[in-house]
Amino acid sequence: MTCALEFQDLTLGYDRHPAVHRQRGEIAEGSLTAIVGPNGAGKSTMLKGVIGILRPLEGRIAFGGLTRSEIAYLPQQSDIDRSFPITVADLVAMGLWREIGGFAGLQTAHHARIAEAIAAVGLEGFEKRPIGSLSGGQIQRVLFARLLLQDARLVLLDEPFSAVDVRTMADLIGVVQRWHGEGRTVLAVLHDLDTVRTHFPRTLMLAREVVAHGPTAQVLTAENQFRARQMCEACAGPPHTCGRIAA
Amino acid sequence: MMWEILVQPFADFGFMRRALMGCIAISVGATPVGVFLMLRRMSLTGDAMAHAILPGAAVGYLVAGLSLGAMTIGGLIAGMAVALLAGFVTRVTALREDTSLAAFYLISLAVGVLIVSTRGSNVDLMHVLFGTVLALDDDTLILLCSITSISIFALAILFRPLVLECADPQFLRSVSGLSAMAHFTFLALVVLNLVAGFHALGTLMAVGIMILPAAVARFWSVGIGALIVIAVSAAMLSSLSGLLFSYYFSLPSGPAIILVAGLAYVLSLVFGPMGGLAGRVFPRRYLKT
Repeated sequence: MTCALEFQDLTLGYDRHPAVHRQRGEIAEGSLTAIVGPNGAGKSTMLKGVIGILRPLEGRIAFGGLTRSEIAYLPQQSDIDRSFPITVADLVAMGLWREIGGFAGLQTAHHARIAEAIAAVGLEGFEKRPIGSLSGGQIQRVLFARLLLQDARLVLLDEPFSAVDVRTMADLIGVVQRWHGEGRTVLAVLHDLDTVRTHFPRTLMLAREVVAHGPTAQVLTAENQFRARQMCEACAGPPHTCGRIAA
Repeated sequence: MMWEILVQPFADFGFMRRALMGCIAISVGATPVGVFLMLRRMSLTGDAMAHAILPGAAVGYLVAGLSLGAMTIGGLIAGMAVALLAGFVTRVTALREDTSLAAFYLISLAVGVLIVSTRGSNVDLMHVLFGTVLALDDDTLILLCSITSISIFALAILFRPLVLECADPQFLRSVSGLSAMAHFTFLALVVLNLVAGFHALGTLMAVGIMILPAAVARFWSVGIGALIVIAVSAAMLSSLSGLLFSYYFSLPSGPAIILVAGLAYVLSLVFGPMGGLAGRVFPRRYLKT
């Protein structure tokens, strides 16, 4: 099994404070991995490091033959301007950016794929609606449709189900499983451990450092969760040990 | 009769025809840029950039007198310098764009006022601040039309990156390196159109023809294409009626044009179907589910 990502002593942080510290490990190509851990454990930070928004303070991420344009990323709080006059179909179409770029026009085949992606997330009939008229769950469906068109080999999802109802979540998990079936690598930050147990074969537990990584049943033990909480709390209060200048 | 009132001034006087042509060129070029400024919540950026252009035009005036080329190039250099410096500071340091832009334009404006007040007369200052729409010569008209053509062409090419940079900047940055290019090209277009505008309407009034029609359009439509069409039409009609008012009542033309645009804004504010005041006072019945 080839690896899609390899973390080599990766340290990421903000303004000298590390949020992810000396992370090691591999993400196998085609794997479906949940990233869990307490708040402040560095889960979102890790995804930002992978997509390249944050530069490593130390160490590096090795991509097993992936180029940047083959990675798709759904941020936790997307800064979409929902008052902007753009329709659902137009926003979803932007998922084709890798193919059409900033300037090329849409062909008939593209329109068919856009319609298909919108249908796959259950939003038929919403094509012409401005995004401002959608509910939170519907916006999340639109963003998933756009991810579908991005046709990425590695998909990064940051708390994709945090503000959606059960029905929407079930539909969107269906999309995630479709990606898994197609051999794409998916990394998703999640909080609901039941969802993780039911749908994600592998889990990476973070608490600034890797607590455990492997098959979900072996990672999500009470012992590991207790250790993760302790590791995060050890870093939280001032003067905290993580404030030392790295040796 | 009505026809005569509307057409006679332009039939009789060459300067009126030139003024109208100049204003239409500015309406077509600057107003779509204004629509994007509004959509990006950067309306006040237009104002800041207009102030930033002043010292460049003043230096151009000092070097070469009332020379079209020198003042245009001076204004372009000053405007671009402020836009690039502010953009650079925003992207590299902790300062947000509004503050960094304000800082640089204030510096630029102070330099401009200093230059004009020590070396020029008040008449010159009035010329730069309020423009000379009734004295547009051939060269100026060609310059205005050229800038409009460049502007329309650049907006057409940059349309997709610009829309995405407004609607979902994070996504644009994750799929493409065009984000910075789109942003700076757009700022360059703002400067370019303000420089065109200041020849006719002055540095301060030039912002008016950019922003007011965009604000008018906002009350009549939600689609981006329609916004641009409505805004350009509003700008052209304001130019036409502003020039006629200034002709019949001997008013200064620049402020007259902007005031008509302002009147259109107030009317839209009250009667506009998309979020206007009338809709608030007399709400329509909600749709049955």
